Amino acid sequence: MDWVNGIVAQGKFVSGTGLLFDDAKVVDHQKIVTDGPFGEIKETLGGFIIVKAEDTGEAAGFAKGSPILQGEGNTVEVREILINTM
Amino acid sequence: MPHLFRTEYSKMVAVLIRIFGFEHVETAEDISSETFLEAMETWPYKGVPQNPAAWLYAVAKNKAKNHINRRKLFTEKVQPKVTGTVAHPEVLERSFSAGNIQDSQLQMLFVVCNPAIALDAQVCLALRLLCGFGLQEIADALLSNKEAIHKKIHRAKAKLKALNMGIQMPELKELPARLNGVLQAIYLLFSEGYYSQSNDQVIRMDLCTEAINLAYLLLKNTQTNTHATNALLSLMCFHASRLDARQTEDGELILYEDQDEAKWSTGLIEKGFYYLQQAAKWQLISKYYLEASIAYWHTVKIALPEKWPSILSLYDALLLIDSAPAIRLNRIFALSKVHGNQQAILELCKLNLKNNHFYWRLLAELYQETAPDQTMQSLQQALKLCRTKMEKRTIESAILKFANRASIVDLYEQ
Repeated sequence: MDWVNGIVAQGKFVSGTGLLFDDAKVVDHQKIVTDGPFGEIKETLGGFIIVKAEDTGEAAGFAKGSPILQGEGNTVEVREILINTM
Repeated sequence: MPHLFRTEYSKMVAVLIRIFGFEHVETAEDISSETFLEAMETWPYKGVPQNPAAWLYAVAKNKAKNHINRRKLFTEKVQPKVTGTVAHPEVLERSFSAGNIQDSQLQMLFVVCNPAIALDAQVCLALRLLCGFGLQEIADALLSNKEAIHKKIHRAKAKLKALNMGIQMPELKELPARLNGVLQAIYLLFSEGYYSQSNDQVIRMDLCTEAINLAYLLLKNTQTNTHATNALLSLMCFHASRLDARQTEDGELILYEDQDEAKWSTGLIEKGFYYLQQAAKWQLISKYYLEASIAYWHTVKIALPEKWPSILSLYDALLLIDSAPAIRLNRIFALSKVHGNQQAILELCKLNLKNNHFYWRLLAELYQETAPDQTMQSLQQALKLCRTKMEKRTIESAILKFANRASIVDLYEQ
């Protein structure tokens, strides 16, 4: 996103808090307590457990012992988690 | 059919209120309901029409015409005095055109968000009439229960009818005062589409799209093109950018960590950033602005060192403005990323939101490494409290996987 990077390069994107100002006023409006689209929990929390293994073969070995597999048609998914080094 | 009802019912009501005036909101609702009833009764036999929406509007138009003709005396003598408009059959033709429908929705939002009724009542009514929300959906959005919401809506309708208004757009100078309620309604409409706690279809893109379109319309009017409107649009664009990546074809949820970034809409992310910049022109800070800034960070999947500290400080700022449970909960997630699980657990336990299944899911997550039995118990609690099938499935699979890991550990320790 070159456009975003351009803004960052101009120093206008305050690192850490987005675009904020020293003397910003808070918008004063009536409030009611509501829910909202907060992604940390609604979109992020799940429950898959990360298994530390040398390779997917070893991880698959762990999976073989899973009681889930005793159920017909059940599978245990083994996935390699890529660590993106940038 | 449910999808059609969802999208067309409220639009139809909005247009009919425009014709009949708000004091006849029940007539508008009746005609709309009758129209859908007729569809449900005839389509199974005659087949679904090629253009279902057009069929619905044609039928609604006829019913409205009949209603007007039956009440000729009323419409010619009495109504103009009350609403300032005359419901002529010709008006009906124009009324059901596409552009007019969206305008009607927005108009109705402004009419309903009348300062004469409390803000929460405004929002209840808006969600009910405009968005076709069920009582449970409104209750979830406003952290309340169905009975309380029902009462609020009933009283609000009565009060607005007593005020004897039509659906003309309020005076220009009144718009800013009403904008708050309008934005809240749009925000909650989006939120329900982003993630529903009462509907088995957890993600409903049509609601998100509708919310974004309504906010976009607001930008076209200088009175309503404000810091808050831009900030709200920004936050919606950022969150909406991932909607395609969040579901499989079968409607299964894909969590953030597993999402295919290639499916994230760069167009929407850029729009989000554009509107965030626009909002910044006012040198104001609002709840929507802070949430948009947080939402920005979620478009950055890589765990940059400043990501979670930024999100945490944004939540700290947000807490100063709004202390809603959702904000407190999600802030603790961010806190755990910055200060570790132990500190997060301490703060979370202080919150004591024991009737909230997200509270238990977060607790389970935080206890994973150090107290597996607590994780298990917390997951069980979450399972008891959640309502949708999808959430039950997600939690059940977490329980299974966690039990599985526990048994593997046992195996290796033998």
